Amino acid sequence: MIAVIDYGVGNLFSLCSSLKSIGADTVVTSDIETIKKADKLILPGVGAFADAARLLHERGLDTVIKEQVAGGKEILGICLGMQLLFEKSYEYGEHEGLGLLRGSVVPMQGVIPASLKIPHIGWNALHFTRESRLMRYINEGDCVYFVHSYFASDCADSVIATAEYGEQLTAAVERGNVMGCQFHPEKSGTVGLNILRAFCEEVAK
Amino acid sequence: MITKRIIPCLDVRAGRVVKGVNFEGLSDVSSPVELARYYSDNGADELVFYDITASFEGRQLFTDILREVASTIFIPLTVGGGINTVDDFDRVLKCGADKVSVNSGAIRNPSLVYEAAQKYGDQCVVLSVDAKRVDGEFRVFAKGGREDTGMEAISWIKRCVGMGAGEVVVNSIDTDGVKKGFDIEMLRAVCDAVNVPVIASGGAGGTADFVKLFKNIPDIDAGLAASIFHFGEVAIPDLKRELRDNDIIVRL
Repeated sequence: MIAVIDYGVGNLFSLCSSLKSIGADTVVTSDIETIKKADKLILPGVGAFADAARLLHERGLDTVIKEQVAGGKEILGICLGMQLLFEKSYEYGEHEGLGLLRGSVVPMQGVIPASLKIPHIGWNALHFTRESRLMRYINEGDCVYFVHSYFASDCADSVIATAEYGEQLTAAVERGNVMGCQFHPEKSGTVGLNILRAFCEEVAK
Repeated sequence: MITKRIIPCLDVRAGRVVKGVNFEGLSDVSSPVELARYYSDNGADELVFYDITASFEGRQLFTDILREVASTIFIPLTVGGGINTVDDFDRVLKCGADKVSVNSGAIRNPSLVYEAAQKYGDQCVVLSVDAKRVDGEFRVFAKGGREDTGMEAISWIKRCVGMGAGEVVVNSIDTDGVKKGFDIEMLRAVCDAVNVPVIASGGAGGTADFVKLFKNIPDIDAGLAASIFHFGEVAIPDLKRELRDNDIIVRL
């Protein structure tokens, strides 16, 4: 069973529908015991980093996530959920993340050319930086759907794919049992469903 | 780089797509779910659904349909028509819409744009504008293009973007339905004025019009059309190949 962690941030309708469509056994929950029992975790999220980090903390979810991941449970962060996996974010100040991955989340503004629009919104091609489990069913150059204004930086040890938008922006990460997508796999057509499938499937050990 | 988007627009009345379509292999040509799947499987980058029903029952039916579409189609969905309050945003977002398009609702109450952007984020709020040349300026029209509001379009668009509209759909009444190409002059004026994605609507008659659009205005983000896609005059995969052959970046 896969637990989609519900902490009051964003709309889970499409994510849950897409998981259902690939046949994943999913439960949407904010219950700590359910999270402990789950085989894998998905951390979704849209909106502001500071609010999301606070909501996770208020519900005691940050502690249980860290504990479960330390015990080897796999987690997939999506969009803001991926950003929360990092040590900190510089979105309106400086805020602490879950620290499951090394690196920080920084604004695109000032990094990408001023002529490019922010947010980075739309379909963009993935460039693989190394082989990964998450991307095993898709191809270099496949397009996925992005909506974001901040991106993960200083994360060379976890980045598996980037997207070119003035700079090579971190698009997906994977380090051991910790995985994340900056884009929305649940809005990226067949390519996105194949990424979710790669996460949800059991891998023969 | 980000790809240029091709967006079919579907008008829905009482749970059915109006303007019949003409595709082989579709058993029900006015089923929003079947059509959405067809477009999604055939290269559409996003879908726009316009609810053109006025009745409460019709509206209820629309959200049921939307929920069904969003349960099976996993590309971005924009919903418009009858969006007058933040509650209307809530109603369609809960059913799986990703973005909500406002037109007359914003003209009646401009603070709707601000309130919705505050609550759901700029990326969720799409300003849709019907504009037409009047006395040497671009004028905003309301009520589906029937009523001249007296407002100048570029300043209206700038004002709404300032309040949080994250994307603008510009429908030129002057070129709409004529099928002689998009309104390059009007669209360029909008692109020069704002720094959010601009979607061109109104006037596409064939593949060449899209090539001309993206070649003439490199800043334009997407082209939207209805009848040429619905009637099979332009197949999106063919259109995208033609765009690619003209060095325009698209998702294939």
